[in-house]
Amino acid sequence: MSGSARYLLSRAGQAALVLWAAFTAGYVLLQLLPGDAILIKFQNPELGLSPEQIAEIRSYYGTDGPGAYLHTLLGFLRGDFGYSIDTGTPVAERLAEGLPATAKLAGAAFALAVLIAVAVAFASCHTRLKWIRGALQAVPSLFVSVPAFWLGIVLIQVFSFRLRLVPVIGGSEVQQLLLPVLTLAVPISAPIAQILARSLDQVRAQPFVPVVAAKGASSGWILWRHVARNALPPTLTVAGLTFGELIAGSVVTETVFGRNGVGRLTEQAVNAQDTPVLLAVVVLAATVFVLVNLVVDLLYPVLDPRLRRVAA
Amino acid sequence: MSLLEVRDLTVSYARRGRWGRPHARPAVHGVSFTVEPGEVVAVVGESGSGKTTTAQAVIGLLPPNGRLDGGEILLGGADIAGWSQRRLQTVRGAQIGLVPQDPANSLNPVKPVGVQIGEALRIHRRGDRRTITRRVVELLERVGLPDPEVRARQYPHELSGGMRQRVLIAVAVALEPRLVIADEPTSALDVTVQRRILDLIDDLRAESGTAVLLVTHDLGVAMDRSDRLVVMKDGRIEERGATRAVLDAPQAAYTARLLRDAPALRAPELLFAPTSATAETSATAETSATAETARDARTPRAVPVSTRASGVEDGPREAAVVVRDLVKEYRAGGRPFRAVDGVSFEVPRGTTHALVGESGSGKTTTARMVMRLAEPTSGSVAIGGVETAGLRGARLRALRRDVQLVYQNPYGSLDPRQSIADIVEEPLRNFGLGDRPARRERVRDLLDRVALPAALLGRRPRELSGGQRQRVAIARALVPGPRVVVLDEAVSALDVSVQAQILDLLGELQRDLGLTYLFISHDLAVVRQISHTVSVMSKGRIVESGTTRQLFESPGHAYTRALLAAVPGTTARTTRAGQVTRAEQARQEVTR
Repeated sequence: MSGSARYLLSRAGQAALVLWAAFTAGYVLLQLLPGDAILIKFQNPELGLSPEQIAEIRSYYGTDGPGAYLHTLLGFLRGDFGYSIDTGTPVAERLAEGLPATAKLAGAAFALAVLIAVAVAFASCHTRLKWIRGALQAVPSLFVSVPAFWLGIVLIQVFSFRLRLVPVIGGSEVQQLLLPVLTLAVPISAPIAQILARSLDQVRAQPFVPVVAAKGASSGWILWRHVARNALPPTLTVAGLTFGELIAGSVVTETVFGRNGVGRLTEQAVNAQDTPVLLAVVVLAATVFVLVNLVVDLLYPVLDPRLRRVAA
Repeated sequence: MSLLEVRDLTVSYARRGRWGRPHARPAVHGVSFTVEPGEVVAVVGESGSGKTTTAQAVIGLLPPNGRLDGGEILLGGADIAGWSQRRLQTVRGAQIGLVPQDPANSLNPVKPVGVQIGEALRIHRRGDRRTITRRVVELLERVGLPDPEVRARQYPHELSGGMRQRVLIAVAVALEPRLVIADEPTSALDVTVQRRILDLIDDLRAESGTAVLLVTHDLGVAMDRSDRLVVMKDGRIEERGATRAVLDAPQAAYTARLLRDAPALRAPELLFAPTSATAETSATAETSATAETARDARTPRAVPVSTRASGVEDGPREAAVVVRDLVKEYRAGGRPFRAVDGVSFEVPRGTTHALVGESGSGKTTTARMVMRLAEPTSGSVAIGGVETAGLRGARLRALRRDVQLVYQNPYGSLDPRQSIADIVEEPLRNFGLGDRPARRERVRDLLDRVALPAALLGRRPRELSGGQRQRVAIARALVPGPRVVVLDEAVSALDVSVQAQILDLLGELQRDLGLTYLFISHDLAVVRQISHTVSVMSKGRIVESGTTRQLFESPGHAYTRALLAAVPGTTARTTRAGQVTRAEQARQEVTR
């Protein structure tokens, strides 16, 4: 008990450290950007503000000085992400507006990606026809090289304008989600399918597989009860890593399909150099990423008994 | 009716040839043999002989690129050769069980062993959950695992190699099949464990009347454990007959050669020769007259044992290697663990000292410390009178030149991307010895010494056979001109005939170059042929040491005696003619 508790604690500690590093790196890099939101917003000559006045505004927002970093960090720890410079509203409010939509999009896309990946990998593993196998094995590399923005535009062209299956504007919530989810899922499914297919192949070549066959097991029994679970851990790792792409992909997808969400918010914040919003988005993305990968790491010993720690 | 009758079995493997065109490479041609109920038939051969392919064909589990081209496989009179996989599934496990080669990787690592034994029963729908659980415990108990209820819940990695092989035997016999195919069941195990596992298979067979098709490269094992023998070479049967008859009077030249080369069978009389007269003679006199004649009677071209272990002249020799009180401690979970615990020995110049022991005995760790690839916790090593502790920089590099290593696995120890010439030359480049033409000259010279044709210089390792690769590894070790060579299981991965050639080569090189060998091995039969002195290691300590002769003829320690008794081939030699054969015993059991 004490052994596994200590392991959990140390993993949680590592996760916290990564989050702090992500925050700091995000903060420093955003500070290093030439120009800032205040300049973009207030340098317009029509406003007629002198450089001194702009400096005063800057100190009002607390974006200057050595105390600013600590001040922002403490704010983040309390759940106070500061105010958007662009709109003047609290950053937390803007995030809360976008989060549900993005979570829906990303969650559905991830589920679909896993579904596609598993289908492709198992199909390529199961089939006996060589050319089908070859074609299926080529699918992941094709998918991974498809840019999300291009796929999105093509899908709109085909399904909305040509086939008129999905309305571009309006329509039910499911109809609205359909194309964005597909756009986001396809590139993400590729690495998962690739790794799963390869691990399935590797596990199938292991000596214990003929031993199971010698018990009289069918190939389906072998694949589902023995090979699949052994092939899972590397696939999980990759699936965890694709969460990073999910976040990046949602920026493109939401922009292409004109959906409101964290991705869209990010795009707007980048254009306006809205540092507080960007920093909050960075930390949010990092948190999701770290949490997902923490869960993956903790799942490993559940899946593979060899990794279970012996309580000393 | 025979239990199993194989008629004209022909199997080929599909390969991609030149230009990617597929072509079939035959692996087994027209093989026929029978297995009677309750008998043990051994299929013997070297790698590539088709023995494993034959066994795989019988159970219908050829690799994906393998194809059954012809022949019949009659199991209890029914020809299963043409059956679909679905139909074969009803036979596998239920009528034919399989004990695989490699216990380390033959169990699914993520499932408890009890589940994996019970699986055989579940697949064939024998009983509900509770009966299966009970049967699993019974089976585990039957194969000799203590605390079967606890074991059933353990995972493969929590069991030792021998225990895993017991579990795999439990899987094979779970449904009491009439035939068990054992494909090299003990090749990966220590010799004492090997003996216990083979005993277990024997017991189970005697008890239930199950026939065993034993596939092995080890003639000693086949001799000890089989009623009849099938000798294969290049996919064909060379010889077939009652084991004792084949052992006593081999008909095929190939069988005779195998018998001659098999280390366990090479000097059997010496193992049990009377010790009184010859106990204290030097290593040169190892071939006593009686042994010589006895061996000549059976093998056409007997190689005297003494050609391997080169002669030691009288009088004291300076020690090339002196090891004193060597200790290596590892910390595992806070508790210190002594892998090597106070090991001392000396190796006179120009002789071979063997470190013998089972896995985990500390022999390889000792060798690594001798080479200073590992730092000892305490104790000292002197090579040619120079203390190796604390050497660094140029003097450490000089030591590296002086002490070279030949590793067990000739497949893994050569860089697959380098040519043979580059591989052998590399140590010279590293030590900055000679200019390019001189180095090339030396490489050619050494390749000649290890009896490899110069035509191989431009080849890559994968184009060479296992024996050729090991010769390359030896050439590479010798190229910087070492005085001491550490041979870590240097012949263990090779077929017996190749093993014999490499041992001959090592003996020759020792005599010509005055080399000192430290020979690490678990194989007592091989050790006997090459070494002058032996230290037997167990649990990090030397339990016994002495000249090879003393140790093999009058072992003092119980552990040494156990090791010697476990060497395969021992039973075959000690069983006297006129005894009831195994099959007869088994048949009596069945009829009773």
